[in-house]
Amino acid sequence: MRLSPNSKSLMMVSPLVAVLFVFLVCPIAMIAIVSFWRATEFSIIPAFVFENYEFLFGSSVTYRVFFNTFKYALITWAATLLIGFTVAYFLAFHIRTLRWQIALFLLCTIPFWTSNIIRMISWIPFLGRNGIANSTLISWGVIDEPLEWLLFSDFAVVLAFVHLYTLFMVVPIFNTMMRIDKSLIEAARDAGANGAQILWNVIIPLTKPGIMIGTIFVVTLVMGDFITVRFMSGSQSANVGRLISNDVALLAYPSASATAVVLLCTVLIVIGILLRFVDIRKEL
Amino acid sequence: MTKMTRRELLAGGTALAAGSTLGAPMIWAQNIKDVTLRQFGTGVSNLNEVAAKVKEDLGFTLEMTALDSDSVTQRAATQPESFDIADIEYWICKKVWPTGNLQAMDTSKIKNYDKIVGIFRSGKLTPESEIAQGTAPHTVGFVEGQNGTEFVDNESGWMTLIPTIYNADTLGIRPDLIGRPINNWSELLNPEFKGKASILDISSIGIMDMAMVVESMGEYKYPDKGNMTKEEIDMTLGIFTEAKKNGQFRAFWKSFDESVNLMASGEVVIQSMWSPAITAVKSKGIPCVYQPLEEGYRSWGGGIGMSAALSGLERDAAYEYINWYLDGWVGGFLMRQGYYSAVPETSKNYMTEDEWGFWFEGKPAQGDITNPFGDVMETAGAVRDGGSFYDRMGKVACWNAVMDENQYMVRKWNEFIAA
Repeated sequence: MRLSPNSKSLMMVSPLVAVLFVFLVCPIAMIAIVSFWRATEFSIIPAFVFENYEFLFGSSVTYRVFFNTFKYALITWAATLLIGFTVAYFLAFHIRTLRWQIALFLLCTIPFWTSNIIRMISWIPFLGRNGIANSTLISWGVIDEPLEWLLFSDFAVVLAFVHLYTLFMVVPIFNTMMRIDKSLIEAARDAGANGAQILWNVIIPLTKPGIMIGTIFVVTLVMGDFITVRFMSGSQSANVGRLISNDVALLAYPSASATAVVLLCTVLIVIGILLRFVDIRKEL
Repeated sequence: MTKMTRRELLAGGTALAAGSTLGAPMIWAQNIKDVTLRQFGTGVSNLNEVAAKVKEDLGFTLEMTALDSDSVTQRAATQPESFDIADIEYWICKKVWPTGNLQAMDTSKIKNYDKIVGIFRSGKLTPESEIAQGTAPHTVGFVEGQNGTEFVDNESGWMTLIPTIYNADTLGIRPDLIGRPINNWSELLNPEFKGKASILDISSIGIMDMAMVVESMGEYKYPDKGNMTKEEIDMTLGIFTEAKKNGQFRAFWKSFDESVNLMASGEVVIQSMWSPAITAVKSKGIPCVYQPLEEGYRSWGGGIGMSAALSGLERDAAYEYINWYLDGWVGGFLMRQGYYSAVPETSKNYMTEDEWGFWFEGKPAQGDITNPFGDVMETAGAVRDGGSFYDRMGKVACWNAVMDENQYMVRKWNEFIAA
């Protein structure tokens, strides 16, 4: 039996379609459906009501929490971009041999050999009132009183995020930087550009896809997180993820689903806007 | 669903066993070894040691599942087929009983029923005691018959839960970092402890601790702390939201370990706490006191109830288990961790005189006091915080409860956390 090229390619993509359908489309569709259901304290009742959304959009807490989520995402994005870009730039343009580039790159990944949670929680004894940071600063005479805002604060949350997610910025940026043709930089130099001009007019434009991929990673990870915010703020701050996890703990699945749908849409809009700036497909 | 449930399989198995030994004497003693009872509940009393001892003393198998109280409530309410014995708190019972998933127990089959502490029967610890606010255990302790769904206010002979374990909670403090006596709940919001206080982030219990504080501050006197109106909820959380914005709290905790770490590291010097957490801090060599306060304690109690689906041999085994539970071994095991047992006098047989004196009578320890796992908890001369059983349980101001406005309260609680 001979297959037409059309049906052949159809068969080739169908396993992937099937997997994505079962593990991606179905769960999301289920969440969307449940978000219109009703819940009592013990049971969820299939229905088609908007009360979950009404409550969500009617509560000032929702807006505050979404604002908080964006705030964390934005600050974390800026910090990881700055650090990630610098590290990638150093690796790509200042380290001459490939062997050292690989060695140093692997060095960056070492912290990722332990679990996310452990890396995060290990900050707590470090930043605490009687922690290493405070006792060191006091012994150096920099401060007299322990700094209270080091732990259980927005500072601690952002610090943990930056620590956890910077690598997601380093990897794609490093990857695109490695593909920049070195002769372009030489040409720029020959044409009289100084270091800053080369950086701004040559390297950054050519690194944009990497930056964009890193941005998508960091923004989605931070916006979907709940455990970092809970631990590092000592449960005193909330983001959307915590709102959802609280609802789940109280068995309010419909309300959790509604929040999840709104969060999903928000993240998709953010990514949609980001993709207007760079056509990743073309650049890759 | 065509799959055979475990229960059907089990029933089939026991029927088979019954058939094969038909006519033989001791049929019951033979069969009970094949019984498996599935118990689930919160972590406090779901101990593997208990399951092992049941196997040893009674011969049948007890499977334990430990869950958090939200999941326990959900499971008791929605999956009656998934358990035989529910180990739940009294306030959960109030929520779950109307679903009809549990059956009442015949007190005439409970050998030590008469010795069960008054709190769980008449509601009074001693004839002079006043009944505290909230979901007091005796108010949800009895129904009119085996399948009754309405709670009754007398000892009807049909008990909903057989009490297993209970205690009186208060604030934990670091006496070394505070350096002065603490006598009132209001100290939690004292600006002196700005940035060094904590409260637990479990709404149903946290709101009660808050109510104790608000009352102690003289802001308001609740008709019933266990069943607030919307206005009372708003007012209570309003006071705490303001305190939160002023930086009174260092953190909120949700799990036992977090409360231990906050206290042991000195991040927090005063907070809501549970009894074993105090012990955990002390066992690190750090001073920590479970401070008795003038306004009294916030108390809680748990018990075991039978699934409505339980019948025949399995139900006999369940009664056997309950009688064994009240017989003293478990009580001694739990009391040596600082909890109280429903029938203290039987537990006495399983404790040394020194242990009994320390944990129950509030006497100074004569030698090292160890927990059931052999860790030294107190040394000679130490006295239990709060004193004797009657001193502590006699000063209960309210019981853990579930409010009519529970859903509203939970929403407001979330706002408080996000504020």
